[in-house]
Amino acid sequence: MDDMPRELSYAQAIQEAMAIAMERDERVFLMGEDIGVYGGAFQVTGDLVERFGTDRVMDTPISELGGAGVAVGAAVTGLRPIFEFQFSDFATLGMEQIVNQAAKMRYMLGGEVSVPVVMRFPAGSGTGAAAQHSQSLEAWLGHVPGLKVIQPATPHDVKGMLLAAIEDPDPVMIFEHKLLYKMKGPVPEGYYTVPIGKAEIRREGNDLTIVATSIMVHKSLEAARELEQEDISVEVIDLRTIRPMDREAVIASVRKTSRLLCVYEGVKTLGVGAEVSAMIAESEAFDYLDAPIMRLGGAETPIPYNPELEKAAVPQVPDIVKAARDLVKGAR
Amino acid sequence: MNKAAKTVGGTSGENRPFIYREYSPEQLKGALRKMYLIRQFEEGAEESYMRGLIHGTMHLSIGQEATAVGVCLPLAEQDQIASTHRGHGHCIAKGAEISRMFAEFFGKTTGYCKGRGGSMHIADVNSGNLGANGIVGGGIPIAVGAALTAKRLKTGNVVISFFGDGANNEGAFHEALNMASLWKLPIVFICENNNYGMSTSVERSTAVKYISERAAGYSMPGVTIDGNVVSEVAEAVHAAVSRARRGDGPTLIEAKTYRHRGHSKSDRNRYRTREEIDDWVTNRDPIKLFEAELKEFGIIDEQGIASIREETKSEIEAGIEFARNSPSPDVVDLERYVYTEPA
Repeated sequence: MDDMPRELSYAQAIQEAMAIAMERDERVFLMGEDIGVYGGAFQVTGDLVERFGTDRVMDTPISELGGAGVAVGAAVTGLRPIFEFQFSDFATLGMEQIVNQAAKMRYMLGGEVSVPVVMRFPAGSGTGAAAQHSQSLEAWLGHVPGLKVIQPATPHDVKGMLLAAIEDPDPVMIFEHKLLYKMKGPVPEGYYTVPIGKAEIRREGNDLTIVATSIMVHKSLEAARELEQEDISVEVIDLRTIRPMDREAVIASVRKTSRLLCVYEGVKTLGVGAEVSAMIAESEAFDYLDAPIMRLGGAETPIPYNPELEKAAVPQVPDIVKAARDLVKGAR
Repeated sequence: MNKAAKTVGGTSGENRPFIYREYSPEQLKGALRKMYLIRQFEEGAEESYMRGLIHGTMHLSIGQEATAVGVCLPLAEQDQIASTHRGHGHCIAKGAEISRMFAEFFGKTTGYCKGRGGSMHIADVNSGNLGANGIVGGGIPIAVGAALTAKRLKTGNVVISFFGDGANNEGAFHEALNMASLWKLPIVFICENNNYGMSTSVERSTAVKYISERAAGYSMPGVTIDGNVVSEVAEAVHAAVSRARRGDGPTLIEAKTYRHRGHSKSDRNRYRTREEIDDWVTNRDPIKLFEAELKEFGIIDEQGIASIREETKSEIEAGIEFARNSPSPDVVDLERYVYTEPA
């Protein structure tokens, strides 16, 4: 905080985390489509292949199911693979290995093995890539016991949480919003971890709690700054991990503010916000609520191509401002 | 090749099938013993199921013992296997203990998976069995991953990927074979072709006549062998394992065999004839075939066979007894093993 902190982009922070992990541990290696000389579809692996060679920055054929399975098998037998799905949408092709194998193997075998695999998922809309390259499927994986699912929102967190994920003995799924890749922020040098399963209060406030994930954290902070002009004091919680969820942090905040708005990009119905809302409804914080719980999530449509439609399909800052204002002013 | 082993077992040794040249009489009798263990284990499991001691379902490999035993015969202890839903035989052949397998089937804490896996997820990581798999083809990419580890860490291990004929039409099979060949990984793919994926015959499900033809598409050797003849299986696997250990990459072996029982406990056997089943049971039973050879070459006599059978029978009885007397998991431990507990 005292000196001018070094800034990196979110993508650079991921790359630095992977490089540090590979330097520290021979067992760590990267697998994925076009992550070698191409540098990854979003240039996240960049030039790592030049530094670590093709054995440790390993291009795979376009075989998401097989590739994910190879990563699982390598993890079970002693390596530490980081598998990149080129787009999170392609998780659909690898679901068998993620859900039936990676998530369950330790349990099915009575704790005799662990599956220390990390899978990376570039996610989200806003790039004009339309319906099959823009989804936010984190809630799908968040529904599966055995997986840990994280959504770091800042360069600082993505580096620390990825390093924590690599150290973790269990499978960790990391959803990276594509619009965050170029976002810059302070990132400490060297090795550090940010714990999986802990939310972070990004802004303190008294009138309303916004629980947001990934890019919606930044949109919520922007909305909070606007609402400050109207004397509405918003607390913004960055959930960071959706499984296991930091229930205590959310409950404590809602007890304080008495209002809850969930903001997330995944489709609203049966999404992360549904879980957060239900969790509060079941908790002691319910008695403190002064307004109904509200969710802002993705529209009930595939992500459209047209830029105006695409924007309308996910919560934007004005939507958050309006929802928050309505909740606080009692319009709802 | 073991020179001492080559000379044992009679005068015309050089003309005998592979295993009689390669392995000692003790090893061969051990192989027969394992086949009996598998057969009787499954009969014991089936009976326990009928008596209501085991719940759920199970997939019996009775009739396929020569493949399980023949594949594991040429393996080193530290070599690994990834198995299938019809995997009891693989597990025993690789070296698991009968008692802990029964305990798993009975859902007990002394079972290999502490009662969390059951028949379909039976595993014994210590003897190199990475686990059966409830998903057809699910274990194939995992086996390739294990072979990648072997290559990276230079362990010298070879991995065996077991799967059935049904799996040869899964995408995972094709993706996994391609990568294994591309990266020249130390792995052998064993397709146990028992001619039926549940009720659908290979003829009705598979565009090629021989599943081993698939190997050509992935630039690896492919062979079809009689999976009911131990020596044929062991010979093909021995060659493939040597090739894999040399760093020359994978092989696909299609072992033709037959399951005497139905697919699972719900099977009414409507897709195959009584005559077909009887023919395999009467004329091509792998244990009978192996015994006939062993007797012909003077390695064992009727009395020797009977004493093996008695021995395995009491091992099975003791195993069931152990399982019955073992404790069940405590319900408070329901969520254990979902995640690694902090040290």
